[in-house]
Amino acid sequence: MTEKKLLLGDEAIALGAIHAGISGVYAYPGTPSTEITEFIQNSSLAKERKLHSTWCTNEKTAMEAALGMSYAGKRALVCMKHVGMNVAADAFVNSAITGVNGGLVVLAADDPSMHSSQNEQDSRFYGKFAMIPILEPSSQQEAYDMMDYAYTLSEHLRLPVLMRVVTRLAHSRAGVEVAAIREENPLNPDNERTHWVLLPGNARRQYQALVEKQNELEESSSKSPYNCLEGLDQGCKHELGVIACGIGYNYVKEVDTDGRSIPILKVSQYPLPVEEIRRMASGCGHVLVVEDGQPFVEEQVRAILSSDYEVKGRLTNTLPRTGELTPDNVGEAIGRNIKRPFGNSQVVMPRPPALCQGCGHRDVYDALNKVAAEYPDARIFGDIGCYTLGALPPFRAIDSCVDMGASITMAKGASDAGVFPAIAVIGDSTFTHSGMTGLLDAVNDRANITVIISDNLTTAMTGGQDSAGTNKFEAICLGLGVEPEHVRVVVPLPKNMEEITRIIRQEVEYKGVSVIIPRRECIQTLNRKLRQKKADKE
Amino acid sequence: MRKDIILSGVGGQGILTIATIIGEAATTAGINLKQAEVHGMSQRGGDVQSNLRLSDEKIYSDLIAQGEADMIISMEPMEALRYLPYLREEGWVITSANPYKNISDYPEEERLMRALEDIPHVVKLEIEDVAKEHNMPKCANVILLGMAAKYIEILSPQQLRESIGRVFAAKGSKVVEMNQKAFDIGLNAVKNG
Repeated sequence: MTEKKLLLGDEAIALGAIHAGISGVYAYPGTPSTEITEFIQNSSLAKERKLHSTWCTNEKTAMEAALGMSYAGKRALVCMKHVGMNVAADAFVNSAITGVNGGLVVLAADDPSMHSSQNEQDSRFYGKFAMIPILEPSSQQEAYDMMDYAYTLSEHLRLPVLMRVVTRLAHSRAGVEVAAIREENPLNPDNERTHWVLLPGNARRQYQALVEKQNELEESSSKSPYNCLEGLDQGCKHELGVIACGIGYNYVKEVDTDGRSIPILKVSQYPLPVEEIRRMASGCGHVLVVEDGQPFVEEQVRAILSSDYEVKGRLTNTLPRTGELTPDNVGEAIGRNIKRPFGNSQVVMPRPPALCQGCGHRDVYDALNKVAAEYPDARIFGDIGCYTLGALPPFRAIDSCVDMGASITMAKGASDAGVFPAIAVIGDSTFTHSGMTGLLDAVNDRANITVIISDNLTTAMTGGQDSAGTNKFEAICLGLGVEPEHVRVVVPLPKNMEEITRIIRQEVEYKGVSVIIPRRECIQTLNRKLRQKKADKE
Repeated sequence: MRKDIILSGVGGQGILTIATIIGEAATTAGINLKQAEVHGMSQRGGDVQSNLRLSDEKIYSDLIAQGEADMIISMEPMEALRYLPYLREEGWVITSANPYKNISDYPEEERLMRALEDIPHVVKLEIEDVAKEHNMPKCANVILLGMAAKYIEILSPQQLRESIGRVFAAKGSKVVEMNQKAFDIGLNAVKNG
């Protein structure tokens, strides 16, 4: 028997990619995708092979570097959370036009129910938009097995492949049997400049070729070992057939159907297997689409089947329009009676997350709240990271949090409109991810904003990954043109409160761009280092 | 046999360590397992839970359906009650009786304990206090696992005890011994109770 390893979905993807012979992973941390890159960083085989695994500054730089590795003939993996796809989109969509040389897999980890996100966008739309194959594993084992399949498919079609997972697969463990380990590809840079130089003349030819490949993509889906139609009895008419995508398949399989025979079309590879959908529909009274995320398949199935054929799913409220699938809502959609002997307890109160005790962001918000109280019109624009928790009590300090880097640019726009004081709060990693360009805009326009780069020397929210700008922030700000006397560094500790509030006041009063950098290490990473030191001594 | 277990607590209380120990024991015993965890934002002092499913047969869903959990194992009494809709009628609640109060509207303890006592099958113990008494404040989670051990059934207390040895092996024999002692304290507390 092959050895079974207990792996998170993310870890299964990582191990599958290593075993499929990747030469590098490129990623920016983001829940629920972070553990893929971390696993590769800690893998002994990856170390032995010297696979690239250091963190990138953002998802776009990651996507482009991975494409460069593919251009050079090697297999590359790029990972991100769903909203990272928005950042990488320019490179991602155009990588379908250039095509690939070495296999290229783009892994997008979606977060339906927004456990740790600001929306629940469905990355499958990006795959369809770029017109490339999409894989959606239903289990940790499939996630592992699919990596080699994905690279083979990518090299066969000479296209990037999008692999889409959701939180409940990424962050759930199961036993995984591992397969043979493949060698890396040799260095073999592509010589076909007409593929890679996307001048309009070349791009038109490449786009036409991509359109012509679509039949081959559909054929691959209908033959895919990951798509299968089970339980369809040609002799009789079933009342209901289910199209179950990705992990939706699992919830369907667990429903006790009381002896009703319900055919299931499992979909884990797109474009949709159109013929199989028609075949199942013709043997069933109606079809239910079970998919995690947005009604991506449901809308397409409505177009594939005749307009009077009944298709149920999220659009018909048979399943909730928002939020992740659960065994409960899928069970109900299929007609299972849920027995709940115990109801919700009235004693239970919500327990939202909070900034850690002793965290430097706390002192930053204490100081900001003190100064903001002196300016009734002050607006504080927040950003993405632990410090977003400054929106909650006891601080209630920020007025907005939209996307990576938006604090600086929204403060600038609001200031342009007349808001004073307009203050941005952004973390160190978010600043290098997407804040630097906005700061340059502000400097060039001499915007009247105060930017606080709350520097805890790490990417804290996702668990303490390296931050791209550590030790470089003053130089970056000066390089972008912030006046040297308006780049101020403080240590966010309660004992320095008077100095910090004084500096914030001074910089708010300065009519131009100023940057204040409160700098103190994240107490989570600090404690981890101290524990490690203690363990090393023992 | 199948066992569906919900582990709950507050971010940082160590429920994932409990899951790791059970998971390791199950894998060694050749029992199928799925374990859904919570990572990311909620780990910062918010409520956390993990769905742990063990079975001799193939497991599909990573999540436990409402009314299907055989056990709720909780590091915190209010957090045990949060998942009550998931508990089956004959299910057990094994919980710490020490509240973790990091919110201003935490319920009155008397009401909380009454709500717990209303559950037909409940085992509770002030595990934080017990851990401190035995000079092992960081092992409260393993004491809780010990308390739950005889109700897990699909794995024996001995299998779990051995798993602790393997999970903590890298941290040295002292850490292993302390955690196995913590496990025994929990196990015996229930036996004597």
